[in-house]
Amino acid sequence: MTDNLLDVTETILDITLFISFIAISLSLILLLIRMLKGPTNPDRAVALDTIGINLMGVAALLAIYLITPNLNDVILLIAILAFLGTVAIAKYLEKGVIIDRDMD
Amino acid sequence: MYKPNDLILRTTTSLIAFILLGFAVYLLFAGHNSPGGGFIGGLVTAAAIVLMYMAYGIETVDKVLPINFETLISIGLITAIVTGLGSFLFDVPFLSHTFDYFEFPIFGEVELATAMLFDIGVYFTVVGVTVTIILNIANDQ
Repeated sequence: MTDNLLDVTETILDITLFISFIAISLSLILLLIRMLKGPTNPDRAVALDTIGINLMGVAALLAIYLITPNLNDVILLIAILAFLGTVAIAKYLEKGVIIDRDMD
Repeated sequence: MYKPNDLILRTTTSLIAFILLGFAVYLLFAGHNSPGGGFIGGLVTAAAIVLMYMAYGIETVDKVLPINFETLISIGLITAIVTGLGSFLFDVPFLSHTFDYFEFPIFGEVELATAMLFDIGVYFTVVGVTVTIILNIANDQ
């Protein structure tokens, strides 16, 4: 009975992972189209930021698929780098410089 | 040139920079038994410092963090070399590392390895190199 239940939950997990991988891949393809076609630069910046968030999802799903806790640091790191990159792009689009000498 | 209002960016930065520094220290000390180590810890610290530079400008952060990042490179390299030379005191080859178990009041028994000191040298070097590169590019006219 217990083995049967474990098999069932494992099958459910596999199916869910499969669906999630396909959904995230579709989302990444759509974001890539937006990034390539985007009429203005802010469109591309937002698309890149969202690609970063989707990559966090891919890393999390991969951690479930490979059954390892070692990818958790990677998820946090992708979040940090995506935030930093978006702030840098936003500052460049807004002011033309990323690190300004004096703020007045 | 109009004056932008950076209130949200600055408030977020002062919160996130501390989280980043804590994450960097975690990565530095977790490097022995799990992913992490001096290199990635130094990069995350540099990311926190660069985030502060982006939000507050060079002059303010230079006042808050009076660190010469070029000196930090030398400090890191000297730390790494001294940990290697220290093995000569015990009559073993260069860069031999050892470890031992110590009792601490709160943490209990902790394994301390001399490889940690080498990692701290790597950490300082990476922080110094990364921030020096980015600041030199930013100061370019």
